[in-house]
Amino acid sequence: MEVQKTALYNYHKNLGAKFVPFAGYEMPIQYKDGIVKEHISTRTHAGFFDVSHMGQFFLEGDETLIESLEKIIPADLKNLKVNHSKYSFLLNNEGGIIDDLIITRTEKGFCIILNAACKENDIKQISQFLNKDHKHLLNNDLSLIALQGPKSVEILEKLIPGVANLKFMTGSNFEYEGEKLYVTRSGYTGEDGFEISISNTKVEKLIDYLISNEVKPIGLGARDTLRLEAGLCLYGHDLNEKINPVEANLKWAIAKKRKEVGGFNGWEKIKNLLANGSEKIRVGIKPDGKVIARENTKIFSSDNNEIGFVTSGTFGPSVNAPVAMGYVKSEFSEIGTSIQLEVRGKKYGGKISELPFYKKSYVK
Amino acid sequence: MSEKKFSKKHEWVSLDGDVATVGITKHATEMLGDIVFVEVPDAGKAVEKEGQAAVVESTKAASDVYSPISGEITEGNKAIADDPGSVNSDPEGASWFFKLKIKDKGEYDSLMSKDEYDKFCKENPS
Repeated sequence: MEVQKTALYNYHKNLGAKFVPFAGYEMPIQYKDGIVKEHISTRTHAGFFDVSHMGQFFLEGDETLIESLEKIIPADLKNLKVNHSKYSFLLNNEGGIIDDLIITRTEKGFCIILNAACKENDIKQISQFLNKDHKHLLNNDLSLIALQGPKSVEILEKLIPGVANLKFMTGSNFEYEGEKLYVTRSGYTGEDGFEISISNTKVEKLIDYLISNEVKPIGLGARDTLRLEAGLCLYGHDLNEKINPVEANLKWAIAKKRKEVGGFNGWEKIKNLLANGSEKIRVGIKPDGKVIARENTKIFSSDNNEIGFVTSGTFGPSVNAPVAMGYVKSEFSEIGTSIQLEVRGKKYGGKISELPFYKKSYVK
Repeated sequence: MSEKKFSKKHEWVSLDGDVATVGITKHATEMLGDIVFVEVPDAGKAVEKEGQAAVVESTKAASDVYSPISGEITEGNKAIADDPGSVNSDPEGASWFFKLKIKDKGEYDSLMSKDEYDKFCKENPS
């Protein structure tokens, strides 16, 4: 398969991006400043992220569309108001997570933001539940830009008046350069911010404006350190088809009504896990010293029994310490439990930690 | 102190009598990016030429640091373990990794000069 590029590829190049292949795309991992500076400037000012590789999947249909989607998505779509968004998943028959996603109710149906690496399979999985009256489109004519950080609102409000009124996890249509664009107040960094769905033809102009307001470009490297400090999962690492939402410590994302009534893939299994708990569970982990426990690091109890593994681990620039997430046997999941992390054949101390590592500041 | 010599694995060595000081080059730090973790060897450890001797981690990944010369470690630089970021700011000065008592000066002589190393980096871009 040919490597794909986003509409901003040349723009990134001119900004000094270093590219890596990611989910079939050539994406910037970092720019000239490097990961730590990019991370800090997002937390203290604002940064923009080109996330156009993610799928923007639009669905239209009547009431039966809700019934269809609710078979694979455990959110309460019936009661989701227009322009409101929810974090949810696609589930398989075993309750495993096929993908995690953000679903937004639109005037005519729904828009789902899908992970780049999963989007083709996701659409196949969703399509199984659709009927011929349900229209769907993966819109590749749109770019998706995340603007994140404490100055985001001030900067975007000057360009697109009205965005300051959006509450976290809601969105609206706005006008820009004579075209419609859709803005949601959301993100993946633990900061206040927005995601802007904009046509490929106008996106460079938007970025020109952001850069003139000292918004820095942020690559995948800092995106990873930011999301991990915020305790947010990365699909393919912290989540996969063999992990269910209860194990992933994401049962809050299953709607209350849906937990009771069910009617979605894997409900029998999930109902049982909700009642009895799971054998393993996702936790935050803080190594005691400076050692970094990266993905696949083995986790041991203080009496040397293997109890789990790390799924994401890095150095958190804002926490100024290493941070990690992983799965441990549930009896070791209590905050403060002492554990050991095996790095390069040597065991280092650590503790089960609260998530997020870095406190968020969403506008509710 | 003698002139610095360089290895293909991007370490530098300087020699003072039979004690060598080893660090990673500026070019290496530029490839690694922000350094966030360093592990240096303890005194008394024996290392072989091109054997693993220390660890350096950036936000991106972990890398081994090899000793370009064989001998016995006399000191690891604890200051860089406490402040890994200092390796980015002064890799070829205060932020050396370890010192070792060498056995064979011939190993030092066979390493690249500064000019040869610069040429090597140009010909082998990462």
